[in-house]
Amino acid sequence: MPNQLNVKHASVKYGRQTVVDDVSFELERGVIGCLLGPSGCGKTSLLRAIAGFEPLAKGEILLHGRCVSSPGETLAPEKRRVGMVFQDFALYPHLNIEDNIAFGLRGQSQAQRRERVKSLLALVGLSGTQKKYPHQLSGGQQQRVALVRAMAPQPDILLLDEPFSGLDVELREQLAREVRDILKREEVTAILVTHDQLEAFALADAIGVLGDGRLRQWDNGYSLYHRPNDRFVADFIGQGAMIPGEVTMDGDIQSALGKIHGEFVKQPAAGEKVELLIRPDDVVHDDESDFKLKIVDKVFQGAEYLYTLALEDGTELLCLVQSHHDHDVGEMIGIRLYVDHLVAFPVVAD
Amino acid sequence: MQLVSDKRLLSRLPFRINGWSLGVISIALLLAVPVLVVLGYLLEPAGEVWEHLAATVLQDYVINSLLLMVGVAIGVLLLGVSTAWLTSMCQFPGRWLFEWALLLPMAIPAYIIAYTYTGLFDFAGPVQTLLRELTGWGYGDYWFPEIRSIEGAALMLALVLYPYVYLLSRAAFMGQSICVLDVSRTLGNGPWRTFFMVALPLARPAIVAGLSLALMETLADYGTVQYFGVSTFTTGIFRTWYGLNNAAAAAQLSAMLLLVVFTLILIEKGSRRQARYHHTTQRHQSLTRFQLTRLQSFMAFMICFGALFFGFLLPAGQLLWWALTTAEESLDGRFLSLITHSLALAASASGLALLLALFLSYGKRQYGSWPVVLAVRTAGMGYAIPGTVIAIGVMIPFAAFDNALDDWMRAQFGWSTGLLLSGTLVALIFAYLVRFLAVSLQTVEAGLGKIRPTMDEVALSMGVGSREIIHRVHMPMLKGSLMTALLLVFVDVLKELPATLILRPFNYNTLAVRAYELASDERLADASYASLTIVAVGILPVILLSRSITRSRHAEPT
Repeated sequence: MPNQLNVKHASVKYGRQTVVDDVSFELERGVIGCLLGPSGCGKTSLLRAIAGFEPLAKGEILLHGRCVSSPGETLAPEKRRVGMVFQDFALYPHLNIEDNIAFGLRGQSQAQRRERVKSLLALVGLSGTQKKYPHQLSGGQQQRVALVRAMAPQPDILLLDEPFSGLDVELREQLAREVRDILKREEVTAILVTHDQLEAFALADAIGVLGDGRLRQWDNGYSLYHRPNDRFVADFIGQGAMIPGEVTMDGDIQSALGKIHGEFVKQPAAGEKVELLIRPDDVVHDDESDFKLKIVDKVFQGAEYLYTLALEDGTELLCLVQSHHDHDVGEMIGIRLYVDHLVAFPVVAD
Repeated sequence: MQLVSDKRLLSRLPFRINGWSLGVISIALLLAVPVLVVLGYLLEPAGEVWEHLAATVLQDYVINSLLLMVGVAIGVLLLGVSTAWLTSMCQFPGRWLFEWALLLPMAIPAYIIAYTYTGLFDFAGPVQTLLRELTGWGYGDYWFPEIRSIEGAALMLALVLYPYVYLLSRAAFMGQSICVLDVSRTLGNGPWRTFFMVALPLARPAIVAGLSLALMETLADYGTVQYFGVSTFTTGIFRTWYGLNNAAAAAQLSAMLLLVVFTLILIEKGSRRQARYHHTTQRHQSLTRFQLTRLQSFMAFMICFGALFFGFLLPAGQLLWWALTTAEESLDGRFLSLITHSLALAASASGLALLLALFLSYGKRQYGSWPVVLAVRTAGMGYAIPGTVIAIGVMIPFAAFDNALDDWMRAQFGWSTGLLLSGTLVALIFAYLVRFLAVSLQTVEAGLGKIRPTMDEVALSMGVGSREIIHRVHMPMLKGSLMTALLLVFVDVLKELPATLILRPFNYNTLAVRAYELASDERLADASYASLTIVAVGILPVILLSRSITRSRHAEPT
């Protein structure tokens, strides 16, 4: 059985500028993928290429084993059986909710259509809104209508372009989880495009981080956080500090934090100058510890404080501490490092 | 290798060229011909006639036009800003009625209000007659303001043009009211202080934009100043064209007028841009209006009622009275032919304008490269240009074309084609398109702007093709805008006087032309049928406008 989606060495160009550069990945049926990256990284262009709105300059895209895009040949979007949900929802203001959802349904009787709309609305908890118009619904409700409208014709793949960015922050996470439940229940294959990592973690099974048009890493959320492939992914995902150090002959790292021992994700060569990624959760507060650092900033986050600690050479370190431990800025606190796997990148000379 | 470099050359072109873009650019160029022709005469050496004009009447034209502009400016500012402030910020009896009724004077063309006021207030009119009967005075015993004067003309124009200022400043007051005005009031400023210190400065760009529009109309007016015997640019152009029979000098006068109009356009565009920054909130909440005392309420009512009475009720009532009582010209076949002429012209011009507007705005939407955007903007410039100027700019190249064709046909085949374009309805409708395409273009573009590109894309992704998208999404969403565009151009064409006067085929009469002719023959009462018809049709767009105002107050997100 072929994959639902195969992207092979795909490149997209605007004029002479390459916005998507040699990207490859695949999605199995029922899997939710995510293209994650900062704005301008090419994620939306790649999504639009999958939908058929942008031609490929190189490579190919296969939907359900059928080649739909290759240089010079782009199957029209309306012939691809893709569903798309846009950032602005793009609901039709002149049609009521029922007609909006039934917009792409064809070859069905009136009764069948009405039944399909009814079950889709029930799926997203909007039963009874058939005769309302889009402007009578709240933002979150409009978002759900846009989702089931794209799902109605049962597309081979559902494409979601920043679907939550028009909504309130509190609403986003809750909706992301809801949408995941719906997609999973209906066994929909989908790709989400977003710049918000929490949204990506909440919704997707597999996440591709894009930077400067290139796919940096295709992995699940845990691995992106703890085992980033390169500096870009390490910087983009989560918080953390880069501590300069040098690899000893024993394969440990000598740094301002002392000698650090652990299992490397990627073993650097002995003697190499590296930067070691230290996440806030790698730094554990311990009043007993002799190793003390000065607090230069603190942010209250409810259950935790995020302290910024300064080393003697000025390098800063982040440390997450339960908010019972309330220390003042300027105070010295004891810490211990708790690092399972070491993530170190060679220092790039300027 | 050759291929590669060629490809690069093509991709280096800053825009894509296709049939549609070329079509848009050609239409814009064609519509720009009259303005270019007129402006071209600025480069021509001044002829004898021009020197004669410069030595004798040019000074009058400039001074009178300036005086008229100053007078109209004072009038529209006083009327427009005060009524806008009162209806948007104060609570008094009848406010909801004035809110839309204050737009009604827009339905009356300036030349028609001039006829009715002359009929009412000149020596033989009912007002002075009543005065003489009451006092027993005779001719020359008393002083009465002369309506047929430059002050009178300014008053007439101000009475029907103030709605421009009213509309734009009202929108500005409504937009700013919630936050900044409330802040000012919590800081202890009373209504008057708040008005002069906060509201007025904030609304200034909008007021200036409305004022520029009113002044453009003032410069374009021909009927009023001609009837009152005030020599301005437009009457001067007419006189030079017909009296002195000198096309070059008429075009040079037109070019000078155009430069003033362009200045006004720049001011208006600049102010609108600024107005966007001065718009302090997007939210439309129900605002708490100032509660007026009984005396204040009465004053507010009288100010609004005064504007409405003198700008609409009085002239419309006088027209109605004439039509019902004294008019001798009856509703016979001749009047019917006036109506059919006017309707046919207005319908064909508005239909054509709509088709062109659709073609241009879809071109801009699909292929929005800078040459296309520039072309569409050029095509939409004609609205500010006086009908007289456009008529001259149409007449000169059309006549040149006709003559050249005629000469060539005679030389080749010994057969004369005569006047093929000039003096025909083709020339007239072309002039209407140049002047009024902007109106339908603006309306259609606004409607099309509401159909976001994602709405097309979402349909495509659901397997719905382009043709079906036009049918199922665009047409239903555009319907309202298309009807509005048709109606607005229709009414504008119906009212248009100077271009019709110059370009109409011999003896081809329209309602506007007939009203003008009868009034010029001092048969004011007889002109009332034609005038009344124009006013009645002119009320339609006012109703549309007032409806959109009420709707924006309820602020439904659409």
